[in-house]
Amino acid sequence: MASAGRVRIRKTYKLFVGGAFPRSESGRAYPVKDARGDVLAQAARASRKDLRDAIRSARGAFRSWSEKTAYNRGQILYRVAELLEGRRAQFEEEIARSGGRKPARELDAAIDRWVWYAGWCDKVHHVMGTVNPVAGPYFVFTIPEPTGVVGIVAPDEPALLGLVSRLAPAIVSGNTAVVLASETKPLPAVTLAEVLATSDVPPGVVNVLTGLRSELVPHLAGHMDVNAIDVTGVPREMRADTEKLAAENVKRVVFAKSDESPYEITAFTEMKTVWHPMGA
Amino acid sequence: MKGLDSGFSAALARVPGVDAVGLEERAAALCKRSIKKDTKRWALDFLIRCMDLTTLEGADTQGKIVAMCGKAIRPDPMDRTIPSVAAVCVYPALVTAAKGALAGSNVRVASVAGAFPSGLAPLAERLSEIRDAVASGADEIDIVLNRSAFLGGGTQEAFDEIAASKEACGAAHLKVILETAELGAYDPIRRAAALAMRAGADFVKTSTGKVGGATPASALCMMEAVRDFHRETGRRVGVKISGGVRQAKQGIQYLVILHETLGADWLMPDLFRVGASTLLNDVLMQIGTQRSGRYQGPDYFTVD
Amino acid sequence: MGTIRKRTSSGASAPSKRGAIVPASPFAYAPAPESRGIVKIKDRYGLFIGGRFVEPRSKRHFETISPSTEEVLSVVADAGEEDVDRAVAAARTAYAKTWRALPGRERAKYLYRIARALQERAREFAVLETLDGGKPIKESRDVDVPLAAAHFFYYAGWADKLDWAFPNRRPRPLGVAGQVIPWNFPLLMAAWKIAPALACGNTVVLKPAETTPLTALLLAEVLQEVDLPPGVVNVVTGAGRTGAALVAHPDVNKVAFTGSTDVGKAIARSIAGSGKRLTLELGGKAANILFSDAPIDQAVEGVINGIFFNQGHVCCAGSRLLVQEPLLPVLIAKLKDRLQTLRVGDPLDKNTDVGAINSRMQLGKIEELVQSGIDEGAEIYQPECTLPAKGFFFKPTLFLGVSQSHRIAREEIFGPVLSVLTFRTPEEAVEKANNTAYGLSAGIWTEKGSRILWMAQRLRAGVVWANTFNRFDPSSPFGGYKESGFGREGGLHGLEAYLAFEQGAGRG
Repeated sequence: MASAGRVRIRKTYKLFVGGAFPRSESGRAYPVKDARGDVLAQAARASRKDLRDAIRSARGAFRSWSEKTAYNRGQILYRVAELLEGRRAQFEEEIARSGGRKPARELDAAIDRWVWYAGWCDKVHHVMGTVNPVAGPYFVFTIPEPTGVVGIVAPDEPALLGLVSRLAPAIVSGNTAVVLASETKPLPAVTLAEVLATSDVPPGVVNVLTGLRSELVPHLAGHMDVNAIDVTGVPREMRADTEKLAAENVKRVVFAKSDESPYEITAFTEMKTVWHPMGA
Repeated sequence: MKGLDSGFSAALARVPGVDAVGLEERAAALCKRSIKKDTKRWALDFLIRCMDLTTLEGADTQGKIVAMCGKAIRPDPMDRTIPSVAAVCVYPALVTAAKGALAGSNVRVASVAGAFPSGLAPLAERLSEIRDAVASGADEIDIVLNRSAFLGGGTQEAFDEIAASKEACGAAHLKVILETAELGAYDPIRRAAALAMRAGADFVKTSTGKVGGATPASALCMMEAVRDFHRETGRRVGVKISGGVRQAKQGIQYLVILHETLGADWLMPDLFRVGASTLLNDVLMQIGTQRSGRYQGPDYFTVD
Repeated sequence: MGTIRKRTSSGASAPSKRGAIVPASPFAYAPAPESRGIVKIKDRYGLFIGGRFVEPRSKRHFETISPSTEEVLSVVADAGEEDVDRAVAAARTAYAKTWRALPGRERAKYLYRIARALQERAREFAVLETLDGGKPIKESRDVDVPLAAAHFFYYAGWADKLDWAFPNRRPRPLGVAGQVIPWNFPLLMAAWKIAPALACGNTVVLKPAETTPLTALLLAEVLQEVDLPPGVVNVVTGAGRTGAALVAHPDVNKVAFTGSTDVGKAIARSIAGSGKRLTLELGGKAANILFSDAPIDQAVEGVINGIFFNQGHVCCAGSRLLVQEPLLPVLIAKLKDRLQTLRVGDPLDKNTDVGAINSRMQLGKIEELVQSGIDEGAEIYQPECTLPAKGFFFKPTLFLGVSQSHRIAREEIFGPVLSVLTFRTPEEAVEKANNTAYGLSAGIWTEKGSRILWMAQRLRAGVVWANTFNRFDPSSPFGGYKESGFGREGGLHGLEAYLAFEQGAGRG
C-alpha cells in the first residue's frame, strides 16, 4: 500500500498500435467516468487516422502471425495468461473502478477463458477440419484458415471479460485484430494492451483503440482492408448502418453466439478445400 | 563463341528436384555443429585466407581502394601472424588502383564485370568489359548469371553467355553469381549451378550482395550441385559465399556445410571463398577472444 | 564388444576418398562436451508413490549405468508386488478423492505447469536422458525434451474440451491407468502416456524401462514441484516382473504398453477376459521407398535419419530401404559418402550423431542379426570410424543385395543397420512394403504428389511419411497396424484410449 502522504503517479491511457503506445494523432482525449459520474481518467480519443494506422499495422503483422505454427501461437497466448495472473492486483482494481461488482471472479473467468481459447490453437483443425470422401480418386481436405484482419467492437460489459471473450477466439486461428474498446469502460482494455505489449505477442497482432463509437465504428465498418467485423459491442441503433457499410467489401459480420465454443473461432476463419488426385 | 555443349540438355534434365523442407532442415542441423578451441582457431584463420575483401560502391575512390588493400595484406597491423586475405573484389574502374596497391603481395585482384549487378547490357559490351578488366590486371572475374534469360525460359542463351564470358576471361578464373535470392526457390538454384558449371565456370557464387544474400540452405543447395558435377565430370568447381555474411559465426557455419557436403578436398582458397567486408573485423575480434579469453571491442581493430 | 566375422568374398567397401572425413582433415572438430554439472543424480532413488519417494517393501534395488561409459549412475528400487499394490492403491485414492472431481479446466492447469517446468529445466532433462540412455545430446536436447513438453502442453488444452472432442458421447475417465514404457525415448514415452491419461481425468502408475529410470524419477520431482495432487502419478521402477505385476493388477482399469511385440502379446494374454482396456505400441520393420524421381539429396538425409536417428532404436525406423532399381548406383554411392560423415561417439558431445547402444544385451542382439546378414549372403558396408573403447557402440551399417527372406529384412534389429532392397514398379513397392507382420510406419520419396497419395492409400502402416521421416507431433496420431500394435497416441484420436463413453441407442 502507498505510504500516507505520498502523491501517486497517475497512469496515462493511450492507444496501442503496432506494439507501441501513441497518443491520438488528433491530440484529443475524453473523460472516462465511474458509476457516480466522477472522472477516473482521460482516455485517448482515437481518430479515423489512428484507426487507419491500426488497420495497416494489423495487416502488416498478419503474414507472420498466421504463418507461425499453431503450437507456437498457443504458447504465446498462454504466456499472456501467465502475465495476467501475475498482475492480478492491478486488473482487479481496474475492473472495480470500471464498475465490475466481483472483480476477482471476473478476472478469474477472463484468464481461464483466455487459456481455454489458447488451448484450441492446435486443436480446432481436428474438430472443424475434414477429409472429404469424394466419389473419385482424389484426396480432398478442408481446413480452417484465418480470414485476415478482424475489427472488434468490444462489448461494454463485463469490461475485461467481455473483451477477452471476443478477442481470444479471433486471434487463435492467426487473425490479427483492431479492437475498439468500450467507450464507457475502456480502461481494462488499455491495461490488457500493456500485458500484450510485454508478452511475446508480436507488434501489430492486437491493436487497441479507445474513443467514441460514433466516430470510429462507421470507419471500421467501411474500411476496405478489414476482412471481418465483430459487432457484439455495436449499439443496437447503429447495427443496421454498420452492416450496410460492411457489405461494401463483403466483410464477414460476426457477433457472439456463445461464451466458449470453437465455433466462435471458426466464425473468423475461411474453410479452404484442396483436391489432389491419387494415382501411381 | 565457344561451341554448344550437346550434352547440356541431357545434363540439365538429370538435375534432381530439391525438397525445400528437407534441405532447410539439413542446413539448420549443420549450423548447430559446435566448433570450439583448436578447430575454431583453425576455422577463423582459414576464413581470412579464403576471404575476398570487397568494396562495390558507386562512391569507391582510389583512396578507398588503397586503404582497403592495405587491410587486405595486413588485416591486423599489431599482429603479423594474421594471414593476408585471398583477394580483393572491386569494380573494373578500380582494378588498376588495386593492382598497384597490392604489388609485391600474394593477394589477388577479382573484378566484377559484365554489367554487374543486373547483367542486363548487350552481350558485346559485357564481354568487352571483361576483357578490359583482365587487361588491367584482374586475376579473377565475377560475372552474374543472366536471370532475365534464365527465369524467362532462355536457358540456352544464359548458358552461351557464360561460355562466351569464360572465353573472354583468358587466363583469369571465372566466378558466376547465381543471385540465389532472386531465383525464388531451390530447384532453380540447383539448375542454375549445373548450367553455370557446364558452361565453364571455375566458381559458383551465391550473391551480388545487392539484393538479399546467401543463406545456409541456398549454399547447401549450390554445394550439392557442385558435388554432383564433380561426380559426373571429375572437375572440381569452387564455391563462393557472399551477401550478408557479417559475423564469424556465420562464416564458420558455411565452412561446416562445405566440409560435410564436399569434404576436406574443398578446404582451400582455390575452391572456397567468402565475399565480405565487415566480416574481417568480426573474425579478428573472435581470434582475439580465442587467444585472450576476453570478449573484444571494435576500437581495437582498424576501419579501412 | 563382439566382433563381426566377415565373409571372405565380400567385405567392407573401401571408403570413398571423395568427401571422406579422415583424421588428417584440417577441420577435425574438437571435442565439444555438454557439461554434466547441471544435473544432480542422487546416489539412490526410492519409488514415487502418493506424492513421496518411499523405500520399496521388496527391499530390492538395482543399478542403472551409462551405456556410453559403463559407469554406475545410481541405484534405483526394484518394485515388488506389494509395492505395485501400494502404488495402484495410491492412484485409486487420488482418483476417487481428488482428481476425478476436479474440473477439466483445473486439471489443465497442472498439465500446463508440467509443460512449462520441462521447458525451464530442459537442459537438465536432456543431459540426464543422454547419460542414462546413450542417445546423442543433440537429440535429447532438440527432439526428446521439447516434444515431451509439447505433449503436456497439447493435452493440457484438451482437458476441458472433451465434450467437443467427442460430441454426444459424454466422455468419462476410466480410473487407474497402468503404463509400461520402453528405454528408447524414456522421457518422451512418459509424456506420451501421462499427458493424455491425466487430461482425461485418470490417474497413473508408470513403470519406466529397467535401463532408463532416471528421467522418469526427475519428472516425479517436477510433479512434486508443480503441486500435482499426491497419487495422481506414481512411478514404480523395476524390470519385467514389475511391469507384469502392474498390468495384471485387478484394480488397474486401463493398460498402455510400448515395447517389443513379444511382450505386447504376453500382456494381451495376461489380461485376457479381465475387461481392462488395452493399447499396444510394438515393433516395426518399416519400408522407406525411394522412387527414381526422388529429390535425391534430401532422400538420402531422410534415409539416414530414418535408420540412424537414436541409433536405430526406434520402433518406426526406416530399416528396409526399397530403392527403385535405376536409382540404385547413385543412391548407394551417396549413402556411403554420407555414412562416412556420421560421427559416432560420446553421446554428451554436441557434435555426436550416433551415440551408444542402450545396453550390452541390445548390442548382442544387433551383432547376432548382423552376423546372420553376412552368413545369409548380403553384402555388408560399414564406414571407417573408431569406436570408443568403453561402452556399447556399433558402427552404422549398410547391407546391400538384401532379399525379403533374409532375417535382416524380416526381423526388427532395433539398431543402426539398414537393409537395401530394390523394386521396379509402384505395385511391387507396395507389395514388398506390406509383406511383413508389422505395420507401424512407411516412407515414400518421390516428386510426384499423386503417387504419394496413391501409395499412402495402399500402404498398410499407421504412419506414412512422404518426403520426410521420423517426424512426430503431439497433434498427430501415431500407432500401428497388425503386429505393430493397436490404438493411437497423439492428436484427438489419442484421447479415446483413456475415456469411457456412454452407451445408449437413439440418444439425440
